Amino acid sequence: MSILVDQNTRVIVQGITGREGTFHARGCREYGTKIVAGVTPGRGGTVHEGIKVFDTVLEAVEKTGADASMIFVPPAAAADAILEAADARLKLAVCITEGIPASDMVRVAAALEDGPTRLIGPNCPGIISPGKCKIGIMPGYIHKPGPVGVISRSGTLTYEAVAQLSKRGIGQSTCLGIGGDPIIGTTFVDTLALFRDDAETRVIVLIGEIGGGAEEEAARYAARDLNKPMVAFVAGQTAPPGKRMGHAGAIIAGGHGTAAEKMAALQEYGARVLQSPAEIGEAVEALLRETAPSAGARGRA
Amino acid sequence: MSERPVLRGAGARGVVLMKIHEYQAKQILKRFGIDVPRGDVAFSPKEAGAIASRLGGRCVVKAQIHAGGRGKCGGVKIAGDVEEAERLARQMIGMNLVTPQTGPQGKRVRRLLIEEPVDIAREIYLGVTLDRGRSVPVVMGSGRGGMDIEEVARKDPSALRVEPVDPLVGFRPYQARRIGYALGLKGEEVARAARLMQAMVAAYVETDASLLEINPLVVTRQGGLLALDAKMSFDDNALFRHPEIRELRDPEEEDPLEVEASAHGLNYIKLQGNVGCMVNGAGLAMATMDIIKLVGGEPANFLDVGGGATSEQVASAFKILLADQNVKAVLINIFGGILRVDVLARGLVDAVRKVELRVPVVARLEGTNVDEGRRILQESGLNFTLAEGMLDAAKKVVALAGAR
Repeated sequence: MSILVDQNTRVIVQGITGREGTFHARGCREYGTKIVAGVTPGRGGTVHEGIKVFDTVLEAVEKTGADASMIFVPPAAAADAILEAADARLKLAVCITEGIPASDMVRVAAALEDGPTRLIGPNCPGIISPGKCKIGIMPGYIHKPGPVGVISRSGTLTYEAVAQLSKRGIGQSTCLGIGGDPIIGTTFVDTLALFRDDAETRVIVLIGEIGGGAEEEAARYAARDLNKPMVAFVAGQTAPPGKRMGHAGAIIAGGHGTAAEKMAALQEYGARVLQSPAEIGEAVEALLRETAPSAGARGRA
Repeated sequence: MSERPVLRGAGARGVVLMKIHEYQAKQILKRFGIDVPRGDVAFSPKEAGAIASRLGGRCVVKAQIHAGGRGKCGGVKIAGDVEEAERLARQMIGMNLVTPQTGPQGKRVRRLLIEEPVDIAREIYLGVTLDRGRSVPVVMGSGRGGMDIEEVARKDPSALRVEPVDPLVGFRPYQARRIGYALGLKGEEVARAARLMQAMVAAYVETDASLLEINPLVVTRQGGLLALDAKMSFDDNALFRHPEIRELRDPEEEDPLEVEASAHGLNYIKLQGNVGCMVNGAGLAMATMDIIKLVGGEPANFLDVGGGATSEQVASAFKILLADQNVKAVLINIFGGILRVDVLARGLVDAVRKVELRVPVVARLEGTNVDEGRRILQESGLNFTLAEGMLDAAKKVVALAGAR
């Protein structure tokens, strides 16, 4: 099993004819993702990279039975693209676009609230269930299927963690980058709930960063409802207050959002909180060993 | 709905981006119908004197820097007449103002706001910002105006009244009244404050602000409401649709290297240590700083070259890194991902040949074709030390920085 996406997920690419859209649609298809259509207004009826292009998401969904979208639309039009995906009642919209105005996302978040569409991102690397489906810009080859669920606010730091796992022969159930913006669709808590109910996921790796309170919320949720061991790292232990560290969301303000607070909250839940980002693979390996199913059960760590 | 203390975990200042000066914020507020004290900006003592004279002599001289906490540190002074205003202006322009928010290096004062003195009966705090937890803007009000509102929120969350701004129906008058009553306002004052809050929300929304604070808002002895101090910052991502706001940017308030970096699509923040860092991705860049510190070093900077890390970007990144004289060694940590490491390595070699490299460089590269990439670096004849993984890289670079 895995969460949210698997070998049956049928994906359209919004903004497929752009440079990024073209490049990553190709990458996902090569990984094995079922890319069933592309959408670019004005380019309907054409074929791009062997993929049929439609003018509207609705038409693409009606003609292909797609249930997920990967969005590469430029920032000024990205909110509209997300809303169009939601209007077509897609189950999942993964928005890679970086730089969407926060006020646009305020309206998008409100519009998606009671609908059937789950948004991942924006400003995120996407989601991958290794060996099954990749919707995003992460390098597929560093992943391998296995028992670890990975959630993160960052991109390349997630790759770092995944590479450490795979190097030790430890695979992943699903890896999801929730994005570095202040307003995002799927949160740490949402993802933890999905991992909790996923039989394949035995250990969770949570990679947070400074700013906001998402890690604290994750810790509160985990203390209440999570029954799985977790390894956590929070980037930005050395970041100075008042400076925005790359991501719009990554800033320590008014003494809040510090790595220390987040690490303490996660520790309280019982997560194995690491000071060093180089120890993620090692820590997961140890946890898997400690929690290995007893002899007789299927034992694979 | 409004009981939860908003500053906690909500990232009240979560999108601090483009900042502007107090006098500029007041000009915007005025445009939205909010009363501010009479006054104007001065760039010289002469201008300050002229404005003071227009105001009738007695005035307040306020240093304009992109940081708060000016009052207690000599950045706000009262002049009894035109001459005193000129004298104070002469003292303040060019001075280095250190406040709790500027850091120890302080900020140079280049502009002053000269304003009429205000007769204060009461001080109130009002603010609008984005609540990340609820994904909506919120209006915040507190009866403890003039104080550090984050301090208030931390010590006594009940002293802060918070109302969300619904993206569909907007900020409703009843919500504004609720804040007004919670602040202890009475009668006509409540209606006036409610109108003012509506105007604040309009200003916040229409300019794509990330923060709008009036602190303090004063109730005058005549019962009027005046924005005595104002602070606004804006969402960088939305500046493309607000050219008039972009105009307000004051590059002199920013670190020149940071300005240079942003012109090249790089994200650079100068720090105090001696280990220069060049990393692709913000999270990995922060994690790299963390591990440098963990093995006993001090990062000289945060530098995110972006997910792509092209040869040109790497070259400009090097220039910016090396402009910092404190840098004794550089760590390059690039997780190539879909980038091929051999391509990256060639870019790196090109970039280093273009700049004068005066310090050792430790390179940790990950991605496809990693062996070929390492060979290119090794055979380049340049001063590269190769590292295996983040820990090894951090140890090597800290040793090199310390040895110099």
